[in-house]
Amino acid sequence: MRFQSTFGMALMGGAGAFLIFALPRLVEPFVLVDLTVYATLAMLTMSLAFVWGYCGILSFGQSVFFGIGGYVYAVGVLNIGDSTLPIALAIALAMAFAAMLAYFMFWGRISDVYLAVITLTVSLIFFLVINSTSGGEYKIGIVSLGGYNGIPGLPPLNLPGNPDRAFDFKEMYVLTVAVALASYFLLCWTLTTRFGRVIVAIRENEVRTALLGYDPRRYKLAAYVVGAGFAGLSGALYAATGGLINPDVFDFAFAAQIIVSVIIGGLGTLAGPILAVVGVQWLVAWLGKTKITDANIILGAIFVAFVLFAPAGAIPTLRKLAASWQARRRARRSKSAEGIR
Amino acid sequence: MDLALIVAIEVLYAIASLALISIGLAIIFGMMRVINLAHGEFLMMGGFACTMLANAGVNLWISMLILAPLIVGAIGIIVERLVIRYLYGRLIETILATWGLSLFFIGLASVTVGYFQMGLTPPFGSIRIGVYSEGVYTLVIIGIAIVVMLTVYLFLRHTRWGLIARGTMQYPNMAAALGVNPNRVYAVTFFAGAALSGLAGAVLVPLAGVVPTSGIAYIAKAFITVISGGATVIAGTAAASVLLGGIDQIVSFTSSPVMGEAALLLVAVILLRFLPQGITGRFFRSAL
Repeated sequence: MRFQSTFGMALMGGAGAFLIFALPRLVEPFVLVDLTVYATLAMLTMSLAFVWGYCGILSFGQSVFFGIGGYVYAVGVLNIGDSTLPIALAIALAMAFAAMLAYFMFWGRISDVYLAVITLTVSLIFFLVINSTSGGEYKIGIVSLGGYNGIPGLPPLNLPGNPDRAFDFKEMYVLTVAVALASYFLLCWTLTTRFGRVIVAIRENEVRTALLGYDPRRYKLAAYVVGAGFAGLSGALYAATGGLINPDVFDFAFAAQIIVSVIIGGLGTLAGPILAVVGVQWLVAWLGKTKITDANIILGAIFVAFVLFAPAGAIPTLRKLAASWQARRRARRSKSAEGIR
Repeated sequence: MDLALIVAIEVLYAIASLALISIGLAIIFGMMRVINLAHGEFLMMGGFACTMLANAGVNLWISMLILAPLIVGAIGIIVERLVIRYLYGRLIETILATWGLSLFFIGLASVTVGYFQMGLTPPFGSIRIGVYSEGVYTLVIIGIAIVVMLTVYLFLRHTRWGLIARGTMQYPNMAAALGVNPNRVYAVTFFAGAALSGLAGAVLVPLAGVVPTSGIAYIAKAFITVISGGATVIAGTAAASVLLGGIDQIVSFTSSPVMGEAALLLVAVILLRFLPQGITGRFFRSAL
C-alpha cells in the first residue's frame, strides 16, 4: 500500500514535470488553453475525491464552491483590477460558506443521504438565483452579475501587485498545472498526517472514532472546508483562464460531471478521479463538437451503468478483475502441472 | 382589502404548487426510501405529454388529468424494473443512479423536442377583484392540490390497497409471508409516485410552460419540501408546503421572487439544524 502510493506520487510527479516543461513546446497554443481548463477541473475533482472518497462526506454540490470561487474572482478582479487579492478572497469565501453550511449539516447530525440532497439543492438554488440576476440592479461594486450570460471579459492572473504584467496563456497553463500538482501533493500529504488518519477513520466508522475521543463533527467540518478551499481556488483559476464565469458552473450537469468522474476513478483514490475527469471532459467536449448526440444522454448512461455494474469505480474494478483473472490462470497452470506429473 | 385577498390567493397558490410538485417525490421517498433525483424530469415529461396531446387535439382535461399521469407512470415502472429494483436499501446508489437517469432524460428530451419553450394558455380566463385581476386557473390548481392530497390520504388510510402498501413498507418479509408480493407493491408504489409527478407537471404547464431543463427548476424546491417535512408522507408534505410556500410567497411579495427562493432555502437549512428528522420527526408524529 505504502509502496503503491509512493509509486503513484512519483508517477504523478513525472507526468506533472512532462506537462509543465515539455508539453508547451510540443502542442498548439489553443490546446494549452483547453488543458488549463482540464487542470482546473482536475483540481475540483480532487477536492471532491478528498471529501467524499476519504472522509465519506457526500458533498454532491462540490461545484458550488467552484462557482463561488469563480464568481468571487470575477467580481473582485473587475472591481480591484489586481488579481492577487481576488484569488485569496475566492478561497476564503468558498471556505467560509463551506464552514457555515457544514455547521448546519454536521451539528444538525443530518444523515448522509440528506446531506447529499442538501448540498445538491444548495447548488441548484445558486443556479436559479444567479440565473435570475440579469437586471442592472444586481450589481456588486461596478460589476453586474449578468444573469444567465454570466460575467464576461475577465482578465487573466497578473504578477502580484502589478496589474500591467498579466500572464499570457502559456504562463497561465504552467501556473495552473503547477498549482493543481501542488494541490495533489498537499492533499496526499494531508492524508498522511494525524488529521488525515482521523478523517479516514471517520469514513470507516464514525461512532467508533467518536468513542475514541475525536469529535467527528469538527473533523468533518475541517475536511469539508479544506476541500471547499481547493474547489474555490480551482473555480477562480477556471474563471481567469476562460475570461468568463456563468451560472453553468452551478448546473446539475456540471455537478454530475464531477461526481461521475469520481465514481469512474474510484472512491478512495486521488489519481483515479483526476484521470477520469480528463476523460469525461474530453468526451463531453467531443460530443459537443461533433453533435453526434446530446452529451447528457451519454453522461447519464455512463453514470447509471457505473452505479449498476461497477459501483467501486473503474480502476478498483479493473484491479479486481485482473486479480481474479490472474488467480484463475494460476489455478489452471497448477492444474496442468499436475496433469504432466 | 382587495390586495389582501390577492396576496392570500397567491400564498395559497404557492403552497398548493409546492405540495403538488412534492407529493410524488414524498411517496417514493417516504414509502420506499428511494431518493428519486429524476423527479424533476418526471414533472418535465408530464408537462410535455400534456402539451403535446392537447396540441394534437385531445381534450385538455383528459390529457392533463388522465393521459399525462398514465404515460409518466408507465415510464416510472420501466425505470423501476430496469434500474431502481436492483438498488433497494442502498440509498446512495439510488441517488446516483437516478441522477444519471435525470441527465439521460434531459438529454433525450432536448434531442427529441429541442430547446424551446412549450406551453398552453390557461383555461377559464381571469376574474377581477377590485382593481386587480387573478387567473381562475390559479384557483383551479389550489383545488386540484387539495383533491390530490385528500385522495392520497384516503387511499392510504382507508383502502385495502393502501393498507397493503403501508404494511409492505414497514415489514416486507411479513407482508411476503402473508401472501403479498413485495416486488409488485414496490412497482405499483413507484408507478403511483411517478404518475402523481406527471400529473403535477401537466397541471402546472399552462402557468409555467415546459422546456427540457424544466425539472431543475422544480427539483430543488421539491426536495427541500420533502426533507423538511420528514418521513411522514402527507402530513409532512402538507406542513412543509404550508411553511415554505408561505415564506417563499410572502418574501417574494416584499422583495423579489429570487429572494423568496433564497429565503425558502435558508429557512429549510436552519429548520433542519434543529429538526434533523424534519417537521414530522417532532410534530404530528402519528399522522400519515
